[in-house]
Amino acid sequence: MLRFIVRRLALMVPVLVGLSILLFVWIRKLPGDPARAMLGERATDSAIAQINQVYGFDKPVLQQYFIYTGRLLSGDFGDSTRDGRPVLESFIEQFPGTIELTLAALIIAVVLGVPLGFAAGRRIGGWLDNFVVTGSLLGVATPVFFLAILLKLVFADWLDWLPTSRRQDARVEATHPTNFYVLDGLLTREWDASWDAILHLVLPAVALGTIPLAIIVRITRASVAEVMGEDYVRTAISKGLAPKLVNRRHILRNALLPVVTTIGLQTGLLLSGAVLTESVFEFQGIGGYLFLSISQRDYPVVQGYILFIALIYSMVNLAVDVSYGLIDPRVRVS
Amino acid sequence: MTLRPTRLRKGMVVAAAAALLMAGCADSEREGSGGDGGGGGGGDEPTTGGTFVFAGSADPVTLDPFFASDGESFRPARQIFEGLVGTKPGTADPAPLLATSWETSEDGLSTTFMLETGVKFHDGSDFNGEAACWNFDRWYNTPPGIGQTEDQSYYWISLFKGFAEGELTDSVFESCTVDGEDQITVKLTQPFAGFVPALSLPSFSMQSQAAIEEYGAAEGDDPSQSAYATEHPTGTGPFVFDSWERENQITLQRNDDYWGDVALVDTVQIVPIAEPRARADALENGEIDGFDLVGPADIAGLEEDGFQILERPAFNVLYLGINQGQKPLDDIRVRQAIAHAIDKDEVISNSMPEGTVPATQFVPDLVNGYSEDVTSYEHDPDKARDLLAEAGAEDLTLMFNYPTDVTRPYMPSPGDTFNVIRGQLEEVGITVEGTPDVWSPDYLDRVQGGNDHGIHLLGWTGDYNDTDNFLGVFFGRPSNEWGFDNKQIFDLLTEARGLPTVEEQLPLYQDANEQIMEFLPGIPIASPVPSLAFAENVQGYVASPVQDEPWNLVSVEE
Amino acid sequence: MTIPLEPQHATGVPTARDDDEPGVSLWRAAWRRMIRNPAAIAGALIVLAFALVAIFAPLLAPYSEGVQDWRGDVTPSDVPGPRDGNLLGVDRYGADLFSQIIYGARQSLIVGVVSTAGGLAVGALLGIIAGGLGKMADTIVMRIVDIMLSIPSLLLAVSIVAVLGQERKSVMIAIAAAQVPIFARLLRGSMLAQRNADYVLAANSLGLRRRTIVMSHVLPNSLGPTIVQATLNLATAIIEVAALSYLGLGGGDLAEAEWGRMLVAAQDRFDESPQLAFGPGIAILISALGFTLLGEGLRDALDPKGRR
Repeated sequence: MLRFIVRRLALMVPVLVGLSILLFVWIRKLPGDPARAMLGERATDSAIAQINQVYGFDKPVLQQYFIYTGRLLSGDFGDSTRDGRPVLESFIEQFPGTIELTLAALIIAVVLGVPLGFAAGRRIGGWLDNFVVTGSLLGVATPVFFLAILLKLVFADWLDWLPTSRRQDARVEATHPTNFYVLDGLLTREWDASWDAILHLVLPAVALGTIPLAIIVRITRASVAEVMGEDYVRTAISKGLAPKLVNRRHILRNALLPVVTTIGLQTGLLLSGAVLTESVFEFQGIGGYLFLSISQRDYPVVQGYILFIALIYSMVNLAVDVSYGLIDPRVRVS
Repeated sequence: MTLRPTRLRKGMVVAAAAALLMAGCADSEREGSGGDGGGGGGGDEPTTGGTFVFAGSADPVTLDPFFASDGESFRPARQIFEGLVGTKPGTADPAPLLATSWETSEDGLSTTFMLETGVKFHDGSDFNGEAACWNFDRWYNTPPGIGQTEDQSYYWISLFKGFAEGELTDSVFESCTVDGEDQITVKLTQPFAGFVPALSLPSFSMQSQAAIEEYGAAEGDDPSQSAYATEHPTGTGPFVFDSWERENQITLQRNDDYWGDVALVDTVQIVPIAEPRARADALENGEIDGFDLVGPADIAGLEEDGFQILERPAFNVLYLGINQGQKPLDDIRVRQAIAHAIDKDEVISNSMPEGTVPATQFVPDLVNGYSEDVTSYEHDPDKARDLLAEAGAEDLTLMFNYPTDVTRPYMPSPGDTFNVIRGQLEEVGITVEGTPDVWSPDYLDRVQGGNDHGIHLLGWTGDYNDTDNFLGVFFGRPSNEWGFDNKQIFDLLTEARGLPTVEEQLPLYQDANEQIMEFLPGIPIASPVPSLAFAENVQGYVASPVQDEPWNLVSVEE
Repeated sequence: MTIPLEPQHATGVPTARDDDEPGVSLWRAAWRRMIRNPAAIAGALIVLAFALVAIFAPLLAPYSEGVQDWRGDVTPSDVPGPRDGNLLGVDRYGADLFSQIIYGARQSLIVGVVSTAGGLAVGALLGIIAGGLGKMADTIVMRIVDIMLSIPSLLLAVSIVAVLGQERKSVMIAIAAAQVPIFARLLRGSMLAQRNADYVLAANSLGLRRRTIVMSHVLPNSLGPTIVQATLNLATAIIEVAALSYLGLGGGDLAEAEWGRMLVAAQDRFDESPQLAFGPGIAILISALGFTLLGEGLRDALDPKGRR
């Protein structure tokens, strides 16, 4: 197991290096440049030239890359050209927001999805099953942003139950020691702040979690159905073993495997879905910030953030593979 | 759902407002006599308390206004800082602020300022002649590097041209001399009539030397991100900085020792909400008390629901730019044809807020140098067709560039505006190739950075009352955007810029406006009216064309 | 956003199932299963309707595309709703909303089909190379695929469009690029799964050249799952075109009907004119749903295990 982990970590390095080179070149190939984005309507050729010179964007690409990696090694990922903040600092500050959102979406997807898929899978063809399958297909088909707009309209405009943007109301007393807003409220005993943060999470998490929900339902349903059809289950039932016992001990354990894999797969999807969702709801996280940075050609942020995201994604995949091996002793990671 | 006070509460609101109005009349604006003993220079009515929550459209970049040039960074700066010169409320005209009066020499090279006395910075240090000159010297001595890029010290570079050291050393600023506790003299190397009005810009606010020396940036670091600029901005204004949680909110507290009218509310919070629709939602939900830049589509709905819409006097211009680097746009008849093809009223009724007036020239009517005698081009499709035929351009195909996904104060719905004008051009036989681009940097890069554009939509919001702030920006020198080289106009503008007083400049600028509308490098379309929206219980907000809007007179009834 | 098929399902040859009738050809059995699946039928009907609407748009729409006769009726605070002469009312640019929605099907169909076909072609090629040409090719190709997959598909699409320029063509290339890794994985899995199949070993021992084996035997057997994946990807493509328009990318004229762009333009008018968003939004939803149902129906019909 340990060797497996080490090998995977080692493999990550060349992939990330390759990615960083690709990113570096690619972002500079995009038309327009950070100087123009920084100056807006006020840009003049001389102003642009001055910025390029001061920030080093006029140097040859290769030289820029060496300077960049040199700074990287001492932990300096550069500063955003948009707001001047150190890239690493912004990422650390915003990442908890995205984690909260992703977790909330995942919770919705798993807490709703597994039981639904389980119930559907046990009785294939039943009314619940049909309902679940159609629902999940609809879920996958709906564009995230369309769903987001719909949710905003229904729950914020018509019903006025929920807020439409950001992570917290300005009026609520809230201090944020960890930037996990829900947790922060609990830590500082500002219960209102926690509750307010949860309210702000609902719509974006529903929008983001719909697709993973649909997929988890399908996968659970499929693997439950498969296990139900296995000989040993049919044997157990025919022997008179109460279906409930058969449930817990056999079906659930085996059905969990694909679900775990899917959860791992979903992380990548969630991270990219977070970009759109965070933008639509102006939810302060890495996704929305990254998106703005790409459109404003904020080289340091784009380079840094995408690398961080790729790293996180790889780590999550690794964790999923490892847990896969732990759950099913038959699957020894080789 | 909106907040609808019961009738009883409504009555209280009216009564309270009336009381405040009367109290307000008894006291003049911010620049009180200053010597009213004790802290608050205002009258003796109690502050109303409460929190005023306001939504802007983005997070500030920095809280040190010298290194900022965007409206959202200036918004908190207007509360925390003040400069020597302010504006008459609701106008763009200079008025005394930290300087009670000033006098410029005949040759325009030196201006003496008399200063307010008894004013302190938020950290307790004194504002006086020494502090004032320290600020001027600090600006002039900005170290070379990031601080000297136009992204940061844009206004200093635009107006004073240069620093003590670095790439740009040809500075208009020469020196600042402390004549006494309450008097300074600033010397320039060349006359600059816009000098005093320009000092009303937030960039030239007076800041605390002690605070900057303690928390300011080390040499070589980004000055806009120093501990001072992000955690300890210290001015003389009606509000004191409390905290800034990036992307989330800025909190300011009332300055109880303010030398002018002490603020009525206890606390102010500024939150960034990017979408106009989301800002409107937040207002309707009660999350905020007011916001800036109301989307045109939201105005009617908000008014219906009982919210207050406040208009800012228009201080901007939207124009249809024409690239004479693309034939046959260099033919004056083609440009005139385009001008006659456009029906400005239809453009306005379709895509701009009510109250928007058509523009006749490249400066709005509030600016010095606005001329009543410019050539006008009436909506006349027949004339347009004739001119095109005359120029041999009956089958004209034009690239029409416009930005997507953006809304600017001078251009609230670019897509709609483009669509209307396109229809009008097609009516006179011009084939239009609509070419959208993402606003920044793509669109700007395209229309300002090269020659690959035909006609396009762009505009400008004025920073202070000076024609050069408009015409100089557009037509001060040859550029990729306009693609022409008209020495006469360039020289006229350069000459006007160098005159020592506004009076002397006036006829030249009027002449410039007339010449430009004759030459027709582009077609001014309109000056849209930006709006703010407030909850029913908010009183005392005065809108300014140059966004000089300190909030010390704002009150929020519970 | 669709789940790529597992390799063990990559062999598309219909195999005998418990519920098959004896004496009936395997392909026909699969067909019969499809017919009996109401969801699949619904999907097929929707796809058919979509294609017909797209092809016959000029006949079905009351007005031509992009005709903005009613622009004068539009103001910043009001967009006329359903009324005489305009079934669903007018869009914010003055064109008939109903007609624009109908014409929007064309854009989605064209972009969807072209980009999926492109992604399929390139992805299949890569997959075949990876699966059929030995370990070295496999490693190289799959590393490339991995890198492509580690970039969120939306960011990939955004970058490609930005580099290639804001036009329809770039959008199609971008969406095709996002599908390449999916097809590559699929075909590679198919190649590997069939490598040890009896008929391949037999063909090999008979001396047939590798290329012949691939072209005449392996590929046709991969047909089933490829069709399924392509159908599912079409659904995704329709959505991604809309997503790119949402981000302001992809060029295209305002007057051109494209559901994604219409949806975006409708946002700030949502309060008084929700139909501007619901029209194109529901159109996107139904089309994507149709392709998804059809794809799932195909998958179930071809499924060797009979798991419905």
